[in-house]
Amino acid sequence: MDLTILSTKGIIILVVFGITLLIAMYSTYAERKVAAFLQDRIGPNRAGPWGLLQPVADAGKMFFKEDFIPSQASKWLFILGPCLAILTALMSSAVIPFGDTIRFSWDSKNYEVAVQAIEINIGVLYIFGVVSLGVYGIMVGGWASNNKFSLLGAIRAASQNISYEIALGLSLIAILMMTGSLSLRAIIDEQASFFEWNVFTQPLGFIIFLTCAFAECNRTPFDLPECETELVGGYHTEYSSMKLGFYLFAEYINMFVSSAFISALYFGGFHYPFMDLVSGALENSLGAVAGHNVATLIGVVVFFGKIFFFIFFFMWVRWTLPRFRYDQLMNLGWKTFIPLSILNVVITGAGLLFNFKYSTWLIAIVMIVLAVMSSARAPKRTVVPQQTV
Amino acid sequence: MQLTNRSKQVSNKEMTLAEKMYLPAVIGGLAITIRHFFRKKPTIQYPEVKKYLGPIYRGHHVLKRDEQGRERCTACGLCAVACPAEAISMVAAERKKGEESLYREEKYAAVYEINMLRCIFCGLCEEACPKQAVYLRHDRMVPVFQERDEVIYGKDRLVEKMDDRYVRIASSEVQATPTEPSLTRAAT
Repeated sequence: MDLTILSTKGIIILVVFGITLLIAMYSTYAERKVAAFLQDRIGPNRAGPWGLLQPVADAGKMFFKEDFIPSQASKWLFILGPCLAILTALMSSAVIPFGDTIRFSWDSKNYEVAVQAIEINIGVLYIFGVVSLGVYGIMVGGWASNNKFSLLGAIRAASQNISYEIALGLSLIAILMMTGSLSLRAIIDEQASFFEWNVFTQPLGFIIFLTCAFAECNRTPFDLPECETELVGGYHTEYSSMKLGFYLFAEYINMFVSSAFISALYFGGFHYPFMDLVSGALENSLGAVAGHNVATLIGVVVFFGKIFFFIFFFMWVRWTLPRFRYDQLMNLGWKTFIPLSILNVVITGAGLLFNFKYSTWLIAIVMIVLAVMSSARAPKRTVVPQQTV
Repeated sequence: MQLTNRSKQVSNKEMTLAEKMYLPAVIGGLAITIRHFFRKKPTIQYPEVKKYLGPIYRGHHVLKRDEQGRERCTACGLCAVACPAEAISMVAAERKKGEESLYREEKYAAVYEINMLRCIFCGLCEEACPKQAVYLRHDRMVPVFQERDEVIYGKDRLVEKMDDRYVRIASSEVQATPTEPSLTRAAT
């Protein structure tokens, strides 16, 4: 490959890596701020202006804590656990296309490089593989701790991830059928016009995917692996110092990656309404090179806006919903989401036969009608006045 | 017994399909929390902003002087008797000739000490005092102390200064109860 393209790619990879870490770092701050605001509080505001240096202070604290390894733990696996967790979390952002292309000329040659670490035609599959590997970090760490709470947390994480990955994959298959490609860039380019965003063509798939993403990230309402009330700290009960920090960090990176994934798959990635008009006008006024680059930059900003919204949404849900019980979690996964996503695939396929993209609205409409009918038919709850003792 | 009318009857009857889908309830919950997100926060940024705690707040003790600047305390010891925490101790002395402008009556407190570690700021000393000599001021708190030798307050820190007389006014003019003496002037 050309050295110029190689070095440009290197820069992009470094920038994506840095941004991932930065966003994960400030997600911890945002989480605390959002939690505070949703609970009518103010949140951290002592370290720096508006508490902006809080993540730095937290990291400093983490580094100076005692790095403790239990004497009965399997030492190397105990160390390997958090490494695996953060490694897989960081790997998955490699294939996400953050923007269109940038054009530049170097050495009297013109280049057009995609704003993406690596473009592979099986991007979706890659993310899937890496995300499923992420459960090994939790599993290995939880088992190596030689602690029953950790082991229970790890088992919960593993079974939950495996259960929800099926529904996640099946809801994705509908999109893959519509696009005919496993490349994330192809999926994004398919959603160029606003009403062809997959959230409009696949409403049911989107809801299933979103819920499963919550379960995959071990976020509330599906945060059973680290359920404090039952399992002390879950799989990271025995961890301290930066090893614990790695686990927590991996969780936030996963949240960032799934937000990026959701916005790429269902919300058009770096596309926004009237994008053609904007980029056309920019290229007319600034020239084909500069105009195109500015248009790409706007696209990247839009994409990050969508990502930030979904990160906020993750937090918003966390501080709204209580945790599911374990049997409810499994019922929801196996008895609701898997049949629904299979139905979704079938209906999408039938729709594609007749070249009709919005066929899954049929399921949504049927479900809404059924729901309204069932609540209309349900006996009214009569409130019996409480017995006075 | 019914205390409020907000109690809800719970039932474990089977959920309807709409309820089983969770989504309406989830959206309802999200709507509630997002309204709280934009609500004005009731937090008071304490060390920077101080709330006015009212004209009857019991703060720093003060040994009053009368209008001519004479100490009112006669060392009768009723405050020490009334004190449930036994924080007050004093040594009485007789007024000499020529000290009439310093002490209001023939007997006065040569030493008057309050141990601020013991004091519970109940205000019983103020109620017990027959001479209106000891008060707990509403506009100043006892500052934070770090050393044990700082906690016993003698007359030097208790007797009212003539240029800083304490008046308990229940008006809206005094709008702050500051903690640190250094910040007092700015706030009142």
